[in-house]
Amino acid sequence: MEYPAFLPAGDCALSVEFGDAIHPEINARIRALREALERKPIRGVREYVPTFRSLLVLYEPCVLGFDRLVKKLQARMAGLRGVAEGKRRVYVIPVCYNGEDLDFVAAHARITREEVVRLHCAPDYLIYMLGFLPGFAYLGGLDAKLHTPRLQNPRTKIPAGAVGIGGEQTGIYPLDSPGGWRLIGRTPVRPYDASRAQPILYAAGDFIRFAPIAMVEYADLERRQAAGETIWEVREA
Amino acid sequence: MSSGVDRTLRIQSPGMLTTAQDAGRVGWMASGFSRSGAMDLPSLRRANLLVGNDKDMAALEMTMTGVACIFGCDCVFSLTGADMCAALNGQPIPRYTALQARAGDTLACGGARVGMRGYLAVAGGFDLPAVLGSCSTGLKFGLGGFAGRKLRAGDALPLRCPEIPVSRLSERVLPVPNALDAHWRAQRPGMQLRVVLGPQAAHFTAAGVEAFLSSWYVVTPASDRMGMKLEGKKIEAVCGYDVISDGVAPGSVQVPASGQPIVMMADCQTTGGYAKIATVAGVALPLLAQAKPGDKICFAAIDVREAQRLARREAAQLRRMEIW
Repeated sequence: MEYPAFLPAGDCALSVEFGDAIHPEINARIRALREALERKPIRGVREYVPTFRSLLVLYEPCVLGFDRLVKKLQARMAGLRGVAEGKRRVYVIPVCYNGEDLDFVAAHARITREEVVRLHCAPDYLIYMLGFLPGFAYLGGLDAKLHTPRLQNPRTKIPAGAVGIGGEQTGIYPLDSPGGWRLIGRTPVRPYDASRAQPILYAAGDFIRFAPIAMVEYADLERRQAAGETIWEVREA
Repeated sequence: MSSGVDRTLRIQSPGMLTTAQDAGRVGWMASGFSRSGAMDLPSLRRANLLVGNDKDMAALEMTMTGVACIFGCDCVFSLTGADMCAALNGQPIPRYTALQARAGDTLACGGARVGMRGYLAVAGGFDLPAVLGSCSTGLKFGLGGFAGRKLRAGDALPLRCPEIPVSRLSERVLPVPNALDAHWRAQRPGMQLRVVLGPQAAHFTAAGVEAFLSSWYVVTPASDRMGMKLEGKKIEAVCGYDVISDGVAPGSVQVPASGQPIVMMADCQTTGGYAKIATVAGVALPLLAQAKPGDKICFAAIDVREAQRLARREAAQLRRMEIW
């Protein structure tokens, strides 16, 4: 297939595919297009779902048809450099590394618990996309040493804020939910809070960095958050 | 307005699954929120237009069996979608008609005789808070609607005052629309749904696409507001059924490793990793929403431009109803 490809997803959506791989450069092109469309919206487009390698565009066929939308998107893309122009945002998320599977992950990698924490906190993880649950971020950049197979029998309830590793991925559970990832820690930060002015903390294209905290800090941050304080940090570059 | 008026609809019996739904939550899919909203949007819109509401206002979506409820005040209401053999104070009442209820009247719906989902709208609408821009109930996450959940016996749904005088609303009637009733009354072997092939039809073998387009699929009882799980001839993939997770539009026909299609519906997740052989056309999706377990479905491919022509025709039909 030639990329970018414009594929109909029924009469109310089309998928702009930028490639067939999970790669930061492909993802950056999606972010660039999305930002361009948000700066200057196309009339009749309802919303977008950015994913690893495609942008799903949901639109009103009564306002514009498939062919016209493709032409408009092509015109927008012609003027884009491959990279996003917006600032690179890094959300620094405090994590208390006391998860019940931390020892398993360490043993699997044949390293110490401290080394697991160090490796997990080292990179800025790219948020490729959000999905699965409201505010669930698919992150890229987990150190290969930390790749750990999922649980054979998923837990029935993982608490919101749990930080885990599943295969080659790592992430934060935004809501209480069942799940099969290895739990290494927990953050008091809620990626999703319906009562917050910005209910979902971050978007595809942003980055996450984990910062280790002690149990006492966790309790303190939780208290401060309940009092309305912001307990995460956003660094822009 | 006198303070003694009880502006509520009290639920005596909630039916199998009754939720408040509007036209859905727009703008939050990128954050992982399902669109939700009415499964059969044209029926919701007709229910609203009959009682003088904005067409996308929240109404009650009743599944398989309807509610029994008491009107706390005088109220104009309408029923659309599935035929649930409704009665007001024991007298059978028609669908697709604006009807006047008096304070204390009892509306009782039964099991769906034709279709699967019925809609109950009240003039002025239900007084529900919008969450993330919508009054739709997102069942998976306890979001919006009435307390984020399906209705229970004893719930009292607050009603807004209608803006249009009640006298001008009663006796509005619409024809029972689309193929809904005709499909069952004609006792055809099943219903044909138009689909647009793609976005990942190329992941399937020619025989797989042929099976999808030429055989009957049965709606299984595992179907719900997230997806209609169908069973029939296995749809064969070229090499594996998984793709790199991408966006899922309502109507997408996902095929997991079982080779059995799942049509993604209103509460579907926003992203998914199964290949999507086709997408049900917007005009056909409400028909599927009215299919019951055991009903038979077949698919016919049309071009995206043809699907959009049909969508525009349906929108024009609806606009003609808005001139009351």
